[in-house]
Amino acid sequence: MSADKTVIRFAAFLLAVLLGSSFLPQWGLFMLTIVLVNGLVVLGCLLFLRAGLVSFGQALYFCFGAYTTGLAANFLDVTDVFLLMLMSAIGSGIMAWLLGSLLSKYRSIFFGLLSMAFSMILYGLLAKTESLGSTDGFNVPAITILGYAPSSESVRASVLGVAALLALLAVSFAQALLKSPMGLLLTAIRDNEIRVEYMGASAQKTIHTIYVIAGVFAGLAGSLVAVSVGHIDPTMAIWTTSGEFVFITIMGGIGSVIAPFIGALAFGIIHTIAFSESPNTWQLVLGTALIGIIYILPDGLWSLLTKVRGANK
Amino acid sequence: MSQLLVILIDGINYSAWLFLSAVGLTLIYGVMKILNVAHGSFYSLGAYVAASVMGYWFSHDFPPYWSFVALAISAFVAGFVVGPLLERFMLRPQYDKDEVVILLITYGLFLILEDVLKMIWGVDPYFVSEPYELLGMFEVGEMIYPRYYLLMIGLAITVGLALLLLLKKTKFGRILVAVIHDREISAAMGVNVGFVFAITFGLGCSLAALAGGFTAPTISVTPGLGVEVIVLSFAVVVTGGLGSLPGVALASVFMGLLRSVCVHFAPQFELFVIFSVMAMVLTFRPRGLFSIAEARKI
Repeated sequence: MSADKTVIRFAAFLLAVLLGSSFLPQWGLFMLTIVLVNGLVVLGCLLFLRAGLVSFGQALYFCFGAYTTGLAANFLDVTDVFLLMLMSAIGSGIMAWLLGSLLSKYRSIFFGLLSMAFSMILYGLLAKTESLGSTDGFNVPAITILGYAPSSESVRASVLGVAALLALLAVSFAQALLKSPMGLLLTAIRDNEIRVEYMGASAQKTIHTIYVIAGVFAGLAGSLVAVSVGHIDPTMAIWTTSGEFVFITIMGGIGSVIAPFIGALAFGIIHTIAFSESPNTWQLVLGTALIGIIYILPDGLWSLLTKVRGANK
Repeated sequence: MSQLLVILIDGINYSAWLFLSAVGLTLIYGVMKILNVAHGSFYSLGAYVAASVMGYWFSHDFPPYWSFVALAISAFVAGFVVGPLLERFMLRPQYDKDEVVILLITYGLFLILEDVLKMIWGVDPYFVSEPYELLGMFEVGEMIYPRYYLLMIGLAITVGLALLLLLKKTKFGRILVAVIHDREISAAMGVNVGFVFAITFGLGCSLAALAGGFTAPTISVTPGLGVEVIVLSFAVVVTGGLGSLPGVALASVFMGLLRSVCVHFAPQFELFVIFSVMAMVLTFRPRGLFSIAEARKI
């Protein structure tokens, strides 16, 4: 992995967060974990949006990853967080490969709605499966990290550490991918798919590949949510969860692999404040923020940073 | 035999509901190429307005049978006032952007409207079953059904036929078809496309409100009512072929009947049978059953 500027900055940022996190209360650690997890899913959505696609179904892999982890922890007595994540990643990856072979033929609204349909099918299946707790879901037992069993006080901090490591790996992978010919193809597909085909590249194969990558990201994120929340239920697969991921994608913008995490942080802050200040109008605040971003900063919060940098030069 | 009849009646009733809920969405998409995520919010709006109007109507002893007219008018007007306003001020400034951007704005509007409805009507459920009880029951063999079922079915057929007449027989309908085919040429020929868009969006939203309004007496009107309606309507219109009126009709009937079969024979499939049908249909016909509109334009 080459030392990329963006990746180094992100690593420094994560390190600062981890160092600062020892001063944070437990809920702050939890919130940061969720921010990183959301950012991870949205990193996949960023790849889609680079190709001009919006998926209203990433919640499918998010939920699938969480349930894989939950089932493995409960029935196979797997407790190691890395092993659980690996299983979720493989499970979601296979799922994404299967569905992707169909979905990669679809574009625009059909891609979005068909992926939503698949995620609603998973929701319906889980909600009606009584052995998995139907709509109540089930609990995920305590985890270990490479043989180390964190106490209940240190578990939040440990999971945050794992999430940070995972986010860093994902960001460096995505950065390398976007700089590779395949990553550059994504923009080309958005601009003109027919030209891409004439150049001898396959749009369908490219989209299938990023579909699997995004599915693995979402599966890993679902696995982490399962271990950090300690409980999973089918609402993880419902379309509004996917809607939140799309929301964060727009919030952050697609200008950089760090943008999803900026978007997720902004979303986390707005969500937390709005939810505690006025529990009945937090959606109003979120909706206004979304429309505000589209009108004022169509390239997302990330473009704010680049503008500031541009002004300094 | 009697079970078949039960399935048929339940299924047709559900089909009528699906059709009413979804038809406005396909109208808006057909003309404007906008997938309106806020569609479900207009359904909720109609339900709440209907709940308030019905509460007022029956507490003041107005003639009970006229309540249906009041229901229809109030829900329709609510959709037609709010819809065009949102279209004019929230959507129109972004028409030069991607289809996806407009979709996301309607998603933002959905989030906002959900809470605005809560702010106006509170979070407690409303019950207005008077219009439902007013009509009484009818018997089919040994089974007893509310006559309200017939009203919903009649309403769905009326709305479908009215839209068909509007499109085929009126001047506005011809203008609409022209705009569907090519909005720029229509504008060049003197059609006020902005006006057509506002009316279409209003009409589509009103139809959602109408569906919500007439569903209100059969349910408890609570926050979050529209969330499920959105995805079900999406499934119906995509399966039928976005923008196709016969498509919505066929898809609603097919999905309604199939769901009814599932409810009776395999209730564990009830929640996702509609999405499974959608996935199946799209697998073999990627643009839905009736996808004429797209083939005409590239």
